[in-house]
Amino acid sequence: MSSQEPRIRVKRADGVIHVEFVDRNILDEGNIQAIGEQIAALVDAEQTPKMLLSFANVEHLSSAALGQLITINNKIRARQGQLRLANIDPQIKEVFHITKLSKLFQIHDSTADAVGSFA
Amino acid sequence: MDTPQGQPGRHAVLHLTNQPGQVQQAESAVVQSLEALHYPKASVFAVRLALHEAIANAFRHGHRNLPPTTPVLVEFDCSPSRVEIIVADQGPGFDPHSVPDPTAEENLERGSGRGLLLIRSYMAEVEFTAPGNRLRMVYARPASA
Repeated sequence: MSSQEPRIRVKRADGVIHVEFVDRNILDEGNIQAIGEQIAALVDAEQTPKMLLSFANVEHLSSAALGQLITINNKIRARQGQLRLANIDPQIKEVFHITKLSKLFQIHDSTADAVGSFA
Repeated sequence: MDTPQGQPGRHAVLHLTNQPGQVQQAESAVVQSLEALHYPKASVFAVRLALHEAIANAFRHGHRNLPPTTPVLVEFDCSPSRVEIIVADQGPGFDPHSVPDPTAEENLERGSGRGLLLIRSYMAEVEFTAPGNRLRMVYARPASA
């Protein structure tokens, strides 16, 4: 188990778990692992999780972080849940396009758009 | 930090061990050099990401079977028009052509293998020296920046 220091901020509204990242830079592998564990705990606590990950504070993100997002996405899908990403900086959005992960994730410009997209 | 020639901090040779603080220090050194040369934000983002991925690959793959104290060499040279970076590990090397395409449909959900793709996407030149444990990459400043 890695650091227990909170790496995410969580709130719930209308059945959706809103997650914001504490770190501006999601690069360090220890932090990425901690983020994965903290989000996994949220997913595990729901029967069919609806989760919105907001990248509003995030300026840098590594390929290891992308791998962690894929793990989270798979975990949510295994529970017939839904994952949305929002508020992504244009440079980070380009990383999603380069890696073609923009095809895998539902990415929205704003929190409101993302919330409105949940089935 | 060794600055053998040129302006302080724009050319440096670093020997990093696998500790977050050291990797961050190397990234910060390059970022500060680029900012001093007034590179645009998008360029700083690109170079920092490529450097991070190169160092991460060196430790994660190159040094997989080596003691964590084994250093990775990072050398950078920043000029107003280009940034040249060398990342050399002490591992056995690898064949860069053997890395599966992470954008292929069947690989899209794989958890790893995107670092090299990002490096190649952002850098104008990327070359490995045999046996594949020394990476040289060059970022070219956009003409309009």
